Parts: sequence; C-alpha cells; structure tokens
Amino acid sequence: MSEPQRMPFVESLLEAAAQARLPGSNIGWLDAARRENLEAFAAAGLPDTRMEAWKYTALRALGQRRFAPGDAQASSRDVDAAALALPGVDGPALVFVNGVFRADLSRLETLPAGLNLRPLSQALQGDAEPLRFALSRHYREGGDVFARLNAALAGDGVVLQVAAGVKIAQPVQLVFVGAPAEGDLAWHVRHVIELGEGAELAVVEHHLATAAHQHLGTQVMDIVLRKGAQLRHVTLQDAAEGSTLVRHNSVQLDAQAQAMLYVLELGGSLVRHDLHATLAGDQSRLDTRGVFVLQGRQHIDTQMAIRHQALNTASESVWRGVADGRSRGVIRGAIVVAQGADGSDASLSSKNLLLSGQAEIDTKPELEIYADEVKAAHGATVGQLDERSLFYLRSRGIPLTEARSMLTAAFCRAVFDSLPDENLREHLYQQLMAHLPSA
Amino acid sequence: MLKIENLHARVEGKDILKGLTLTVNPGEVHAIMGPNGAGKSTLGNVLSGRDGYEVTAGSVSFNGIDLLALEPEERAAAGVFLAFQYPVEIPGVNNTYFLRAALNAQRKRRGEKELDSMQFLKLVREKLKIMQISDELLHRAVNEGFSGGEKKRNEIFQMAVLEPQLAILDETDSGLDIDALKQVAQGVNALRSTERGFLLITHYQRLLDYIEPDFVHVLADGRIVESGDKTLALKLEEHGYAWVTDKDPALTGASA
Repeated sequence: MSEPQRMPFVESLLEAAAQARLPGSNIGWLDAARRENLEAFAAAGLPDTRMEAWKYTALRALGQRRFAPGDAQASSRDVDAAALALPGVDGPALVFVNGVFRADLSRLETLPAGLNLRPLSQALQGDAEPLRFALSRHYREGGDVFARLNAALAGDGVVLQVAAGVKIAQPVQLVFVGAPAEGDLAWHVRHVIELGEGAELAVVEHHLATAAHQHLGTQVMDIVLRKGAQLRHVTLQDAAEGSTLVRHNSVQLDAQAQAMLYVLELGGSLVRHDLHATLAGDQSRLDTRGVFVLQGRQHIDTQMAIRHQALNTASESVWRGVADGRSRGVIRGAIVVAQGADGSDASLSSKNLLLSGQAEIDTKPELEIYADEVKAAHGATVGQLDERSLFYLRSRGIPLTEARSMLTAAFCRAVFDSLPDENLREHLYQQLMAHLPSA
Repeated sequence: MLKIENLHARVEGKDILKGLTLTVNPGEVHAIMGPNGAGKSTLGNVLSGRDGYEVTAGSVSFNGIDLLALEPEERAAAGVFLAFQYPVEIPGVNNTYFLRAALNAQRKRRGEKELDSMQFLKLVREKLKIMQISDELLHRAVNEGFSGGEKKRNEIFQMAVLEPQLAILDETDSGLDIDALKQVAQGVNALRSTERGFLLITHYQRLLDYIEPDFVHVLADGRIVESGDKTLALKLEEHGYAWVTDKDPALTGASA
C-alpha cells in the first residue's frame, strides 16, 4: 500500500508547521494540543463535498494551492492608519497585519480599569493557565478542518477579558489587515474573549486589505459570557477580493447573558464563517443579524449552529443575502433545542435575493427540538426583485439600474437598525450601498 | 397632447384593446368608463409602459413623440403619470427619499437642474398644503402600512410633486369611502390646469360627482363605443352599461 499523495495545500502547511517557532512552545499542554491538531490535519487533509458541513463549498481548488508560512516582513509593511479608522470607534484597538501583531498601529496605552486586552503572543509569556481550557481544544469533527489547522499553527491573536461587573463604554476594535507579500501567505489568529459576571463590552472586528492579494487567513474565536454579561459584536468583513478567509467562532452564554452579533460580509473570494453558539444558562439570549453581498465569483458560506440547552432561552437570527454575477452564497442555520430546555424561543429568518441568473444561494434552516413548550420559527426564501415594485419606481421616473439598487438596499436595510452605535450603523449601510451592484 | 389611434393590445395572448382611438388636449379631463373586462386598466398599463402588454397595432403619440417606444422612466420624464389602482408597498424605501430621487431623475433626463434637499423640502411643504395631507406619511416607507385612502392620496401627492402633463388615474376611486374619495377628488381638482390633461379610468360614476369631466367615454370590449359630455355618465348610472353595449351591434352579435 502506498501513501496517498498529499494535496499541495496540506503539504505546504505541514512545511510551515515544521519551520514555525510559535510563541508558547515551552508550555507543555499547548505544545501537545498543537501537535495533536496538526497530526489530525495531516491525516485527514481537506474534506470534500460529501461531508455535510462542506456540501456547498468545494475545497478542491484550494487543495491545489500552496501557501507560504507567515510574513517575515509583516511588522514593517506600510499600512495607512487612517484606512483602519471606523466612525465612532476610537477606543482601544489591536491591529494585525497578515496575522502579525502591530503595536505601532494598535491603541493599548490607556486601557480602562477592568479591561485586559493583549495579543496572545504576550499573554503566553505570562501565566497561560487561564487560557488552557480554550487553547487545549482538540478539533475532532472532520468539518472543523480549519479550526484544527488554526489550533496547530496560530501563534498570535487577541486575548480580551473584562472583569466582573465592569462596563466598558468604548468599543474595542480588532483589525485584521491583509497586505500583498511576495507570494500567497497563510496566517492564523486565535482569540479568547471572556466577559465576567455582569460585564458589558462592544467589539468591532474589521477585516480589510491594503491592496489585492490571495492570502489565506484563519481565525478561531472563543467567546464566553458569564452570568448576566452583555456583548455586542460587530464584524465588518471587507477582505481582499482574491483572498480566502475562514472564521470559526464559538459563543457560550451563561445565565442571563446576552450577545448581539452583527455581521456584514462584503469581501473575499472564498469565505467561510462558522458560528457555534450555546445558550448554556437560563434566560440567556442571542441575537444575530447578518448581511452578505456577493459579486463576480465570490463564494461565502455561513454555517450557524445555535444550541438552546437551558430554560427560557431565546435566539433570534435575521440574515439577508444578495448575490449577483456568478457568485454563490450558502447560509445554513441549525437550531437545536435540547431536552429540558423548556421555554426556549428560537427564530431564524434567511431571505435572499438573486440579481443574476447565474448566481446561486443555498439556504437551509434546520430545527431539532427535544424539549416541550418551545416556540420556534424559521423561514428561508430565495427570490428576485419584485417586478411590481420595479415598475412602480420606474413609472415615477427612476431609471431601471437605480430602481434595482434602491430595492436591493431596501431588502437589506432594516437588518442593522437595532445597532445602537449610530455612526457605525451608518457606516455599515454606506459600505453595503457601495457594494451593491449598479449602485 | 395625447393621441391614441386604433390601439390594439394583448395580454397573455388575449386581445384586450381592439382599436381604441382617443385624443386628450391640455386642460381637458376625460373620463373612461366601462364594465369589468372592457380593457380600462390595460389602457393605463399600456400608456405607462408596463411589461407584459403587447401592442399589436395602432399608435400612441405624446406631444408628437412615439410614446410606446419609450421606457417607463422615459415616459415619466416626458410628463406621463399613472396613479395606480393598487399602489405597491415598498418596505425599506423612504417615501421622501423615493420622491426626491424620482423628481431629480426626471429633471436630470429633461436637462433641468436637480433640486437639493432644502429646495425639495420647500416644494414638498407647498404640495402638502394643497393636498391637505399630514407630513407623517413622508417619514414612512413607500405605501407601507398605509390605509387604502392613504395610498390613493399618496399617489395624488406624488402627482402634485412631479407635475406631469398627463395624469392617468386608474380606478383611483376603487375601495375608497366617501370621505377619502372627496379628499382625493379635491387633490385632483387642485391640480387641474390649462396645461394638464387627465384621463380618469373608473367603473363608477360617483367619482365624477366630485371631479367634473369635460368628456366621458364608454369603453366596451376594447373600443370606445360612446362619447359625450358629463351627462353621459349620469345616463350610464341610470341605465347601466347594457344601455350602451346593447346599442352596438358588434357587441350584441345582432348583425351576425
């Protein structure tokens, strides 16, 4: 029996792992976790579309590509700080360029009391024990291939902790900049966020590029909200047109905790977003609001898994997708109400708009209910612009292209209305408008 | 201004208009009446350029240009306005934003200067006063959650702002109670002028109690079978449409 030929993708990342000198390699449990995950990655490689979690996203082309390990010049790459600014967001910030922490672009000088915000590489130099639970995870699910890869190779990321009872007024900004390098890079960032009991925080996660490139970025983010904590998390994903970005986010909500997650997906060529949320404590509540706008040959795959496993928990998810050109969107929302999670209230709405005959959107809400006294609703649609509305606008003198973009914007518009940060909300809408075809 | 000659049109393979001829001059108000299925709404839709209506013969000229060759937005800019029988609700598009975009798109196409938001607001305030409608409607999405009466008044309000040369009102009276009907009629009357022509498409005579037409036409089986002054509407009210259609041998088959 001969060893099966390894995909160039797997080969190049194993080479990267062999060369890597990762922070924290002196920490036994961390080193062991990295090795285990790497071995699993080497053994399984990339899944194909026979695997349910990757049914709509083929990784064959990616499997044929090679990626260089980290960017040696990342700390000196020219990045215009003004391009990173977001309106109304001027608090503490951590900035990474091609996955490498950039102190010169970050704002960490005056952190409010009760906020611990550091790059992971620094946190690992101190007492790493509080991170042990998150960082020693072993990703056994075959579908979690990128989380596995990330766990093996991530040497940096964000550690963010808010002490119990502390309410942080200014949003914390996490910025991930992709910059062109000599070849295609693979970078990996790992984040650990924890809000103590009754703590409150807003996070703005921003992915963007200085110029065109075709890097691969992976991110794993573990969020834990202790009892009564409240998190607002806004993600603006405007990665480089040709890039591949995989985000694997987990949220655990203890009793009475609340999370509001807003996601605007605009960039990238191949984008995958996994969101695993666990409503672990009674009366916890999760809200997700997301919009994706696709053009050209973009492919975005969002996989949400929301698990209600305590009493009187609630989740509400509202997603809108727009696909033009030959793009493809996938949005899957799986809600599980576990046995005993009585009084759960779960709803999921996924409405999608095809602007071209060659675009495709696959949406799949799934409900599994094992408890009694549950309120659950889901709806998923894929449609086209309403001809009657188009005619109405045109009959008043509005040209066809403008009428189309007006209706497309209206289709997405209300999704972010509950976002309290007015400047940021307007910015999201502006970005959205700017990405709409024929706007 | 509007010259319709021998217009034939079909919808989904079915002939609806079968040789309609009509001229509307500036300042005139024409009422088109007729039984259900006569082709009243088809006429409005063909004139405003809705998809799915195939003109198989005849012509429509508007101020000397071939109206049928124009896109709906070009017809609007040329001065044609259709008040819809069923105005569409468009959630997420603000009424004021929409109306300003519409007015400015028309002005741009006509080579006129676009209005800035201050100028537009001033215009809107003037028109609101004429129409006697509350500015609360302006802050809502286009027709969203509007009552039947509010939708129709919003149509007339749009007409007031866009100032068309030819206004086609497609069964604007349908579904309105008497108070709403009076308000709509009052708005239309306020917009009557020597430069503007109206085509009132209606099934019932009662709208004409409040908007006095110069001409009344009876449309039956795709053609105008009778024309007269406003007294014709009263006769129709009294005798029903059969009174006209019975007189026409082509409609009764008496000549066969």
